Amino acid sequence: MATEAPATAAVAAELPLDDPRALAAVSLIWREAHLLDARRYEDWDGLWAEGGEYVVPIDRDATDFASCLNLVYDDDRMRRMRIERLTGGFSISAAAAARTVRSVSRFVVTGREDDAIEIRSAQILVGYKREETFVLAADVTHRIVFGADGPRISRKIVRLVNSEDTVTASGFLL
Amino acid sequence: MTTTPETANPSTTAADRVGGDRVAGTLYTDPALFEQEMDRIFHRTWVWVAHESEIARAGDFKTAWVGRRPVIVSRDRRGGINVLLNRCRHRGASVCETPKGNGAGFTCPYHAWSYSLDGTLRGIPYPEGYEDVVEKKDLPLQRLKVGTYAGMIFASFAEEIEPLEDFLGGARMWIDRFMKQGAGYPIKVQGEHKFRFRGNWKIQLENTTDWYHFPIVHRSWMSSVDAETASMLSIMTDETAVTHALGNGHSVSVSVAEHADLDVDDGTEKLQDRFSHIVEELSKDLPPEKVRRIVRSLHGAGFNLNLFPNVAMSMAFFRVLRPLSVDETEVRHVALGLEGGPDIVNRERLRIHEHFQGPFGFGSPDDAEAWNRVQRGVAGGADMPILVNRGLGREKPNDLGQPTSHATDETGMREAYAMWKRMMTDGN
Repeated sequence: MATEAPATAAVAAELPLDDPRALAAVSLIWREAHLLDARRYEDWDGLWAEGGEYVVPIDRDATDFASCLNLVYDDDRMRRMRIERLTGGFSISAAAAARTVRSVSRFVVTGREDDAIEIRSAQILVGYKREETFVLAADVTHRIVFGADGPRISRKIVRLVNSEDTVTASGFLL
Repeated sequence: MTTTPETANPSTTAADRVGGDRVAGTLYTDPALFEQEMDRIFHRTWVWVAHESEIARAGDFKTAWVGRRPVIVSRDRRGGINVLLNRCRHRGASVCETPKGNGAGFTCPYHAWSYSLDGTLRGIPYPEGYEDVVEKKDLPLQRLKVGTYAGMIFASFAEEIEPLEDFLGGARMWIDRFMKQGAGYPIKVQGEHKFRFRGNWKIQLENTTDWYHFPIVHRSWMSSVDAETASMLSIMTDETAVTHALGNGHSVSVSVAEHADLDVDDGTEKLQDRFSHIVEELSKDLPPEKVRRIVRSLHGAGFNLNLFPNVAMSMAFFRVLRPLSVDETEVRHVALGLEGGPDIVNRERLRIHEHFQGPFGFGSPDDAEAWNRVQRGVAGGADMPILVNRGLGREKPNDLGQPTSHATDETGMREAYAMWKRMMTDGN
């Protein structure tokens, strides 16, 4: 299944509406956006397949994330520690987290396997904190696996448009 | 005619605003003072611009800043290091907007005046109009004075400036020690995190040798790492955790004394369990003492070294500050690795860096929140002083004569503000 960065990948620009898995994936991604904006991180963890990989790279063209510096590069353990940090009450930035409203759209299925699909989307997040409103835009790639428990996220890569420049973040997740 | 405090002679106002153990809150909020700082500090002292590994090959370049002026750091064909003002001599356009790369030179996109890697003006298109008007040799990109020490590249707009080695002075021993985290391999830059906070640059300057904040602001990070890592940083009660004022505004704060000089190993320290997979992997090719030397260095050096005015060498990374305005500052956390070293070691160092640093790390966002709160709070009482007097009563000279106190004391801040005051008032 393709893992290249959007800029270099040959993208099949369509959302196949005749494939029920595509709509199930879109539904899952919208639910994920809802949970993240609501900061329901424990529920968000439940959307992940075991061994899931959550990446916010700095280099938008990177594919070998292990060998370069990322903003986020989480396995299950790191993701759960991150959730603990955001909900545990010991982080002053998480306690004063920005409010966020995000929209995820422009879905395109870029890979299909028997038990998984890869789907790409655009995410526009508007944050607000202390008199300041800001925008973060990103290309997002989800790999969604379909098992006995229904669809789960096995990989999520968030490529911010400004990942190589200064990035503003205030106690929330992308 | 009346003179407001904001526009008064900088020599008197700066002197009035900095005492030995407290500074005026207006140091963070006065826009006129900020402009004076750019001229009197950033544009006439040594400012860090790059590490040599970032421009290792001929033709390599990166862009950087000296104060608010954009510069290019380049490696020319003869191996020389150049720091050039990123401004065409014709109409002033920037000649390079690529953050890093490799090339033969720089060509202005406006009228295609082209410059070589050392800034020499090579070509002017359609030169007919310039006969008897322009001599190319008179119009290179403006070159800054360049100094290097232990791979650290500094630049200055001041032609008459003391040698870099003299400026670094008492910090040099600590720079040498910092580089020992390479465990025999040269240090290389492995990437960087970049973020901004709403606050004055001096709030950041104060932070690196402030261990007093660490167990409080970074409680969520401490609770996420294993007990061994957290206990390495049990600074508040550790009598061996000390801070030294090194002169010229520089200071060092030792957090893990047994890692202050990584070449010294009495053999009693147990390697951390979290690195056992690395020990296993390295042991396939390397002798036990070499493996131990590398693994003891994974967290970097056991101290934070603050070099006035814009770079710190902290544990396993460089922290670079860039003043943007009186109340906004950019911070870069530059991740370090071992040039030619084992991949598994460099990857582990990347993971350690990601865990704490950057806008989504477990540490940096909490620092940024605290710094922002200083800026917001201080505006509420600009006349009230900022206290940097912690540990004043227990500060004593060490055997080098450097003022020394506990790592949680504010000796480093007092040193930085003494230098700030000297630079802001001398020559008046």
